[in-house]
Amino acid sequence: MTPLGTAEVAKIAHLARLAIREEDAPAYASNLSAILELVEQMNAVDTTGVTPMAHPLDMAQRLRPDEISETNYRDYFQAIAPRTEAGLYLVPKVIE
Amino acid sequence: MHDKTIAQISAGLAAGEFSSEELTRALLERVEQFNPQLNAFITITAGSALAQARAADRRRQQGEAVPLTGIPIAHKDIFCTDGIRTSCGSRMLDRFIAPYNATVVEKLNAAGTVMLGKTNMDEFAMGSSNETSFYGPVRNPWDLDAVPGGSSGGSAAAVAARLTPGATGTDTGGSIRQPAALCGITGLKPTYGRVSRWGMIAYASSLDQGGPMARTAEDCALLLGAMAGFDPRDSTCVDRAVPDYVAALNQPLAGLKIGLPKEYFGEGLDRQVAQAVEAAIAEYRKLGAEPVEISLPNSQLAIPAYYVVAPAECSSNLARFDGVRYGHRCENPKDLLDLYTRSRGEGFGAEVTRRILVGTFALSAGYYDAYYLKAQQIRRLISDDFRRAFEQVDVIMGPTSPTAAFNLGEKADDPITMYLSDIYTIAVNLAGLPGLSLPVGFAGQRPVGLQLIGNYFAEDRLLNVAHRYQQVTDWHERVPAGF
Repeated sequence: MTPLGTAEVAKIAHLARLAIREEDAPAYASNLSAILELVEQMNAVDTTGVTPMAHPLDMAQRLRPDEISETNYRDYFQAIAPRTEAGLYLVPKVIE
Repeated sequence: MHDKTIAQISAGLAAGEFSSEELTRALLERVEQFNPQLNAFITITAGSALAQARAADRRRQQGEAVPLTGIPIAHKDIFCTDGIRTSCGSRMLDRFIAPYNATVVEKLNAAGTVMLGKTNMDEFAMGSSNETSFYGPVRNPWDLDAVPGGSSGGSAAAVAARLTPGATGTDTGGSIRQPAALCGITGLKPTYGRVSRWGMIAYASSLDQGGPMARTAEDCALLLGAMAGFDPRDSTCVDRAVPDYVAALNQPLAGLKIGLPKEYFGEGLDRQVAQAVEAAIAEYRKLGAEPVEISLPNSQLAIPAYYVVAPAECSSNLARFDGVRYGHRCENPKDLLDLYTRSRGEGFGAEVTRRILVGTFALSAGYYDAYYLKAQQIRRLISDDFRRAFEQVDVIMGPTSPTAAFNLGEKADDPITMYLSDIYTIAVNLAGLPGLSLPVGFAGQRPVGLQLIGNYFAEDRLLNVAHRYQQVTDWHERVPAGF
């Protein structure tokens, strides 16, 4: 494929909700293009009909009884939050 | 006292030659003395270490000690430790005080180990040189101009420099084995599912696995015995009995079939590394083993497939770092999107950013089949290569890394060159197999590691094969000058 440009990097960064400084975008574009070129070595092999492997072990998802197993640690967990109030996590206003 | 292995310390404590508190004090002094040079620890937990040591000494007096009671260790800073900063080598978690213990930490605490501190690592375990850490690079005790490898570079350097007799590490594409090789110690990546991942900060969930790092295979056996086992809190942790790894160490190697993949001895392998590995294989022949050449024909596809699978999983796992509930939050966000993007942009370093972007791209609409699906198919081919090989041989051997430790800064600006340093280790993670690195010589002043790859859940066999070699050689006893 053609190398990625800074506009494409900006689009991917937006999808990832990740701010990139404008001056760093060309370097990321060049790195990403090189990585994708490396990755595309996979195309040298025909994988038609090969079953994709998502996971190293063939295992079924374990189920557990539908019982309460956790205690409420809200205060302890919120002690490390950037901002909380009345047991809620605070973020900038979303709805006017 | 600081030069003893875990097995020797265990015997010394049992015989009353010294207390855990005395040993812990001595090691904490060494950490204070050498850490400014090595940067192997991010956090030193002297206060809680001494409290744990005194508790271990009391437990011993009460006759309730087990082999690891009172043994000082260090945890890679990827394992959550209740009430203690768990940074994962990132600015994102610089002020993150974990609210619970990882299962591995919990299990080692239950055995009575003493935590000296949390070791430095590549940011979110993404790196092969420990240079991507927010806390700066770790230096290799064998040569301070060299990298220790990564991502478990702090654990490897601390063990090599005799600051701790053992440490935990994690391995997603070589992060236990490669630093073990570059620092001249022994490190084991267990079979996927052998050790619980609960509380181990996720990078690529279908590849990540925690394991022990120590000077000898015997010490790794002692640590793994305490770390391994079923955990209902990790849905991928396998419910299977943990064998007595120590009891299996001394099995004879006569008739052991060793597979030497021809793809691991080709272009790109440093001549001195090849010589040390070949000498080790000759030693195995003397022990009665039978090396045979094998082929893992899809080896060259491991790195390309890994750099789709791992970034894809990382982009998904690291989505949780959003500046809302914990971790870094930017100043004065103007709206929610600004809060997310700036918190993440400021919190993550360049390598983590690269991998999140690659993963996001590979999973984005229209690209899934060409990248992620293709990589999963390649993963199957790689796994099938190993399955066929293990129909013929008991273990596979080769170099852990194509070169000995490289210089700090040498590859830092070129991600692709850096990625290639994991060329022999990555396929093992894709297949989910256990792998071990042990020291087998030097290239100049810098150590060389031999990689052993075993079949699923054959950790006992790998530790046995490594231990027998260490009974007749002394590479694992070499101490870096100045330490």
